[in-house]
Amino acid sequence: MEIVIIGNGISGVTAARWIRKLSDHRITIISSESDHFYSRTALMYIYMGHMRYEDTKPYEDWFWEKNKIELVNDHVDKINSTNSTLSLKSGKTISYDKLIIATGSKSNKFGWPGQDLKAVGGLYHLQDMENMERYSKGLKKAVIVGGGLIGIEMAEMFHSRHIDVTMLVREASYWNNVLPTEESQLITEHIKDKHIDLRLGVNLGEIVDDGTGTASAVIVKETQEKIDCGYVGLTAGVSPNIGFVKGTEIECNRGVLVNSNLQTNIENIYAIGDCAEQREARPGRRPVEAIWYTGRMMGESVAYTICGKKNDYDPGIWFNSAKFMDIEYQVYGAVLASPPEEHKSIFWKHQDGTKSIRIIYHRDDLSILGFNLLGVRYRHEVCEKWLREKTHVEEVLKDLSLANFDPEFFKEYESEVIALYNQQTGKKLGLRKKRKLDSVLEFLSIK
Amino acid sequence: MQKLGLLLFVIALAIFTLLPGLGTFSLNSDSLKTNTQYHQQEILAIAKQDGVLNKEYSSNIAYIKDLKSVLKKAQTALNEKAQNGLPEGVSEWDYKLGDWNVKDYVLNTVKASANGPVQSNWLWMFLLTFGLAILGGLLFILPKFRDLPGIKNDHIYTASATRGLEHPIRNGILYLTIAATLLYGVFYMNSDFFWSVLTLLIIGLIAYLVFKKQGHSALNPPKSASPSATGWIGIISGAYLIGFYVLLYWAPHYITSWISLVDPISMKLSGNPASQWFLYGFLYTIIVLVMGIRMISKYRHNKYQIVRTISVIFFQTAFAFLIPEILVGLNYPYFDFKNIWPLNYTFFFDYNLSSLMASGKLGIFMLVWGIALILIAVPVITYFYGKRWYCSWVCGCGGLAETMGDPYRQLSDKSLRAWSIERYSIHAVLVFAFIMTILVLYSFFSGSDSVLFISSGSVRAWYGFLIGSAFAGIIGTGFYPLMGNRMWCRFGCPLAAYIGLVQKFKSRFRITTNGGQCISCGNCSTYCEMGIDVRWYAQRGQDIVRSSCVGCGVCSAVCPRGVLRLENASSDIGSRAQELRTIHISENDVKILA
Repeated sequence: MEIVIIGNGISGVTAARWIRKLSDHRITIISSESDHFYSRTALMYIYMGHMRYEDTKPYEDWFWEKNKIELVNDHVDKINSTNSTLSLKSGKTISYDKLIIATGSKSNKFGWPGQDLKAVGGLYHLQDMENMERYSKGLKKAVIVGGGLIGIEMAEMFHSRHIDVTMLVREASYWNNVLPTEESQLITEHIKDKHIDLRLGVNLGEIVDDGTGTASAVIVKETQEKIDCGYVGLTAGVSPNIGFVKGTEIECNRGVLVNSNLQTNIENIYAIGDCAEQREARPGRRPVEAIWYTGRMMGESVAYTICGKKNDYDPGIWFNSAKFMDIEYQVYGAVLASPPEEHKSIFWKHQDGTKSIRIIYHRDDLSILGFNLLGVRYRHEVCEKWLREKTHVEEVLKDLSLANFDPEFFKEYESEVIALYNQQTGKKLGLRKKRKLDSVLEFLSIK
Repeated sequence: MQKLGLLLFVIALAIFTLLPGLGTFSLNSDSLKTNTQYHQQEILAIAKQDGVLNKEYSSNIAYIKDLKSVLKKAQTALNEKAQNGLPEGVSEWDYKLGDWNVKDYVLNTVKASANGPVQSNWLWMFLLTFGLAILGGLLFILPKFRDLPGIKNDHIYTASATRGLEHPIRNGILYLTIAATLLYGVFYMNSDFFWSVLTLLIIGLIAYLVFKKQGHSALNPPKSASPSATGWIGIISGAYLIGFYVLLYWAPHYITSWISLVDPISMKLSGNPASQWFLYGFLYTIIVLVMGIRMISKYRHNKYQIVRTISVIFFQTAFAFLIPEILVGLNYPYFDFKNIWPLNYTFFFDYNLSSLMASGKLGIFMLVWGIALILIAVPVITYFYGKRWYCSWVCGCGGLAETMGDPYRQLSDKSLRAWSIERYSIHAVLVFAFIMTILVLYSFFSGSDSVLFISSGSVRAWYGFLIGSAFAGIIGTGFYPLMGNRMWCRFGCPLAAYIGLVQKFKSRFRITTNGGQCISCGNCSTYCEMGIDVRWYAQRGQDIVRSSCVGCGVCSAVCPRGVLRLENASSDIGSRAQELRTIHISENDVKILA
């Protein structure tokens, strides 16, 4: 069988790897972005000089040939689903038995005047980073439009090169549509500590052309203030990169529509990762999730389905992570920016303003609902087990040390979290276990 | 402030570098340092005859040339005289002049003959070199404490000092160094080319096994430590370090002014004048200390790194530097209580054993202690905490690598090919150290130098030259800016090989990965000084047990998603190290799918 995958990001590559593990099918990956798979999330580190492009490749270049995965650097112009072929930009045609669309996202542009000028760009593709690099020499000032995860990454990138950054953020505090108020506030403070000019509650009006087709300033919509700058970053979210699919027989909405097997309306065509949209969103989840981890899970799931082990895509319990400048972020379970009334939470914050722990539980049955962590690392498997088993919050608190994943010698704050709970409820709980891998493995019943 | 610091450091380094070329030298009966009156008289006579006596030289190069020629002549003359019979009651080597005497005399005489800035203005010169360098270093480092804590790897791959080398240039320098070492080795072994050829054959065999047998010539690594542009400051610093080690090991008579510079300190500590090894130990300790402060400033948000850095500073200062010197001052044998055979390859040498056994209860204690470290401490402590207890907490080589070497950790080669070479080469050195020690012990107990057809003295000399000096020093440290800071520890250290075997097969230590949180960014692999492709494991949720891991904890520190943790547990690692754990992070999910 001939399997063709469009896109060599984490979703497509994971699908290819698992298909190879499970079968001897021919596998071809087509991408016009890069010859080899690289880690998109590491783009910022290349720009900041932490790594070279080579270091962001998770597999050495010989890996693909050795595992009989054919790589084609080309651009798919059109999918001809009636005769199962692809027309490529180079003029070639490739036929497939099964097709996996894994083309990821593209940066949002909302029709701002000047959005297609030079020295304007998002941060998603390798070419976006190269574009930033091109305009960084001698750059004094950059304006970033949009908060979110990519916006703050871009701010950190420019900051590393001592380029002044102004961030225009629509919300009243950083990423407060995802983070609960206190966490959002904490990150907002951290951004300011980094001397980034964070403008809250404002939108982009237009990007000013310097006369040569290059951006030279932005105008803030609300105040009409003109901010001179040599680069404009557009980081107001991403949307599925499916321009070439639209208008074909493959059904699309925002993304390529897929059923629970990640199959499109055409039987032998699948879609995974950022570009896929679930026809029916799973409970508590969005239909399009542009997340590294879900892309990876979809890749694995679709591989099993294609190799004859049909299964429903099940991303399990929600988790995600990020890093806001110097502050790491981890989330497990249901942590909502505006939680319903029955979500109660214990929120502990360190006085230095760089660490916080939030534990969310149900008001009525006191079952655990979620963990939200800033500057503190928690163990995925332990949190997941508690969440899956809807453990009573007090059981969780008493065993909270098991979740701590910070390096050795780090101060542990679990007792302070319990003290807060005791204070709120008048209970007298205490930690009953020490942070020890042995206890963790016993708890997870892995021995 | 930081620029001023850098400037002061460069000035101090320039003065230090120029120092051996300054001053005048002259040979007279005071400055000639010999062990016996026969040597003294003969050498002085020949020096007088050749017009070398009392002549003032303005360059140490010319002086050393003439001095060596005088000593050669004296050697021949004394040998001839000895054939006509030795004076009454004088043993052969008190009369004849041996090659080892010549080496000693050249070094000590040149040192005593010098009259330069170090002799006339010691304090000033000491302050202008060591003092100014430390001041400059601190001015550069201390302001970093004002930055917000966090990962500080900005611009590493754009800075000329730390970006590393292009592949062809890197390999060129490596091959050149190996070739030069083997060529010099022929000369070092008195024109006996057997050892160099044997070594070349072994290198060839390893290359054959890796490149042909395992097919690595076809697997061209993109993940080597060679960026597309070469950092020239890195090459210059590497060349400087290599030059330093060459002089230190094989031509210390050219750097006597540096040795004189630390004489007063040595006198204070042990009551003896400084040797080149004292100079090295002093320099080493200062560097570990100052660069240790830098390490702490860089990782001050990470308590593991802080504690670990304080530990290496402590063990270097107290155990490697002060205690041995103080012991010597008290007329006990020089002994580094944390240096373990086979890294400490001279431990079972005859002179060491004899000196320990002749030093009373303390000497016997040292002997027992040394053996207990090998047989008990290594397996037991490694079982509980992994290799790190030694390699990145106690060891001197590790101490330097973790402090001075930290800016270069990203230059280690992460390719599968490098791993393959590593396993052959480090175990080859372990076998070599083992065989060499057996032969030396055999000679010690039997009193016979030759075992079968091999001379244990030559084996020992070659080991000292090839492994002890060239590999551990020149490649080990000289290659910091070229191929990373753990070249020796990764490819050569026999003790690391031994501890690594314990870590691999019987230890509670592992690096655990945090479920599915890895984003394959590659920071962990990039900053692994041992060249372990940490990401390979992390991205599939596999816990990591690798014999080479020194447990420095930097992978965990640089991970932007909190995926890695160094841990110890008595539970067997079992299924957690299996390859198929991957993506679906819980055990249940894997079972459903499989």
